[in-house]
Amino acid sequence: MSDAISEKAGTGFSSGNAPESLPILQLKDVKTDIYQYHILHGVSFEVPRGGVTMLLGRNGAGKTTTLRTIMGLWKPHAGEILLDGAHINGLTPAQIARRGIGFVPEDMGIFSDLSVEENIRLAALSGQPIPERLEWIFGAFPALRTFWKSPAGTLSGGQKQMLSVARAVVEDRELYLIDEPSKGLAPAIVATLAKALKDLKNRGATILMVEQNFSLARALGDHVVVMDDGRIVWTGAMAELSADTALQERLMGLKMEHA
Amino acid sequence: MSESAPTHAPKMATLSLSDRLKPWLPLLLVPALIVLGYFAIDSTSSWLTLTVSGLAMGMMIFVIASGMTLVFGLMDVINFGHGAFISFGAFVGTSVLLALGTMTGAPSLMLNLLAIAAAVLAAMIVTGVMGLAFERVIVRPVYGSHLKQILVTMGGLIVAEQLIYVIWGGHEIVIARPETLKGAITFAGAALEKYRLLAVGVGLVVFLALRAVMRRTKIGLIVRAGVENPEMVQALGYNITRVFVGVFIAGSALAGLGGVMWALYQEIITAHMGNEIMILVFIVVIIGGLGSVEGCFIGALTVGLVQNYAAFLEPKLALISNIALMVAILMWRPMGMVPVIKAK
Repeated sequence: MSDAISEKAGTGFSSGNAPESLPILQLKDVKTDIYQYHILHGVSFEVPRGGVTMLLGRNGAGKTTTLRTIMGLWKPHAGEILLDGAHINGLTPAQIARRGIGFVPEDMGIFSDLSVEENIRLAALSGQPIPERLEWIFGAFPALRTFWKSPAGTLSGGQKQMLSVARAVVEDRELYLIDEPSKGLAPAIVATLAKALKDLKNRGATILMVEQNFSLARALGDHVVVMDDGRIVWTGAMAELSADTALQERLMGLKMEHA
Repeated sequence: MSESAPTHAPKMATLSLSDRLKPWLPLLLVPALIVLGYFAIDSTSSWLTLTVSGLAMGMMIFVIASGMTLVFGLMDVINFGHGAFISFGAFVGTSVLLALGTMTGAPSLMLNLLAIAAAVLAAMIVTGVMGLAFERVIVRPVYGSHLKQILVTMGGLIVAEQLIYVIWGGHEIVIARPETLKGAITFAGAALEKYRLLAVGVGLVVFLALRAVMRRTKIGLIVRAGVENPEMVQALGYNITRVFVGVFIAGSALAGLGGVMWALYQEIITAHMGNEIMILVFIVVIIGGLGSVEGCFIGALTVGLVQNYAAFLEPKLALISNIALMVAILMWRPMGMVPVIKAK
């Protein structure tokens, strides 16, 4: 993986210049309905600057809805969402993206008809991708260089996920929202993604990630927010959750062996 | 967890030659039809005349339909009011051409083309502004509801037609082609109408320009991505609503251009002419693949050729030829000739 990326503004993955003490993202009593269904029943949590915050929970707990609500793709009917201390409620997804949030959706959101290059170029709001950032992407995901000119629709599932992550990180972002990057992927590809995400984290990026694969969550996460039935049921350090199997079982129904 | 990066072969690497060629098969449809026509029509001169006529008709339908296919693909809007832009374009263009009678009547190709350019410009500006108003007032409140879209855009079409009656009167207007575009040239024993040759050229220029914009510019990239997954385009930081409006205006202006071309082709215009062409436009948009400019181009040329060949070979079949073509193509490719993948 390339070490050529400088940490100065524009080429690194650091999370802005705001005071370290201020959480990068705050949700306060956020309530979201999807059509006639009440999905989020007053969600409140904070994402500290730097590191990976894992959003965990059973299927249907409201994790994806939470990410989509932060991104502005679902409108909350109550509560506040603050990015770097500024309200982003009511902003369009485009405005929120331009405030510095990169989004990797659950379905990857790849444009199949566009080439890999065009997918990346579209994500570079400034016009052309930053060369150093592109080198990092090629270092982390060599397949994207190989199939640079190929239609994204012809890539394998794993390569599409790599492209989805690459597209989010091609621009400087305050925060990355990543929804189940390991979903449906072979272990070897999950390992590649995990390595890239770990490198991103080590370079100072802030990530809020939804993940069902607890091994991956444990390998990457620093902080944990656990949801159930549209509510936050637990927040704390990953080390704490990782060490307490009874807590895992109570919160997420997990019964697993620890390495 | 393993740290080694695996090498994943994409599916494309394992595709057979026939699988790789499959997406390009529709491109062969137009030349195949032309060859088929050559063997089906006894006289070579008749075949050549019909082929140019079919291509000219196809190009005009393409100009009209290209905007509509993008509007449908990008915005998921079924706009039955598209015909209003064709009629308005024809009336505005005709008014300009009649006002520039000295230029159209002069035996100078330059003056004639200048008059047509002025008519086209006026028609495109008026229909572009109409498109903006149409999107704001009629279409925007009904995004996401196809039934409402059909109802309100039909209503918009009726209102627009009535406006034409108010402004230009209820009678049809005869418009003669500019002096140097009247008549035909003889090539290989076939009479080729000068205006039809011009229409083929204009259609080709519009297609190449649209393709260049879609393939080589950032806005084209946004539109192509938006056709597939508008939500993700927004999440990348682009204001898709602004793109919607821009595409709607461009699509309306292209329909206005098509209206002027069709007016000079038929040499007579009526308030409901746009509505009449819409049947062919819908067929082209459907068989081309909703949202695909390339598919629209192939579909329009196919429809133009089939209509002309069928009218010559078996006039009674001409009426159903394009419906039969649509059925055949949809049985072959249910998503249209150049299908656009939708994330929705």
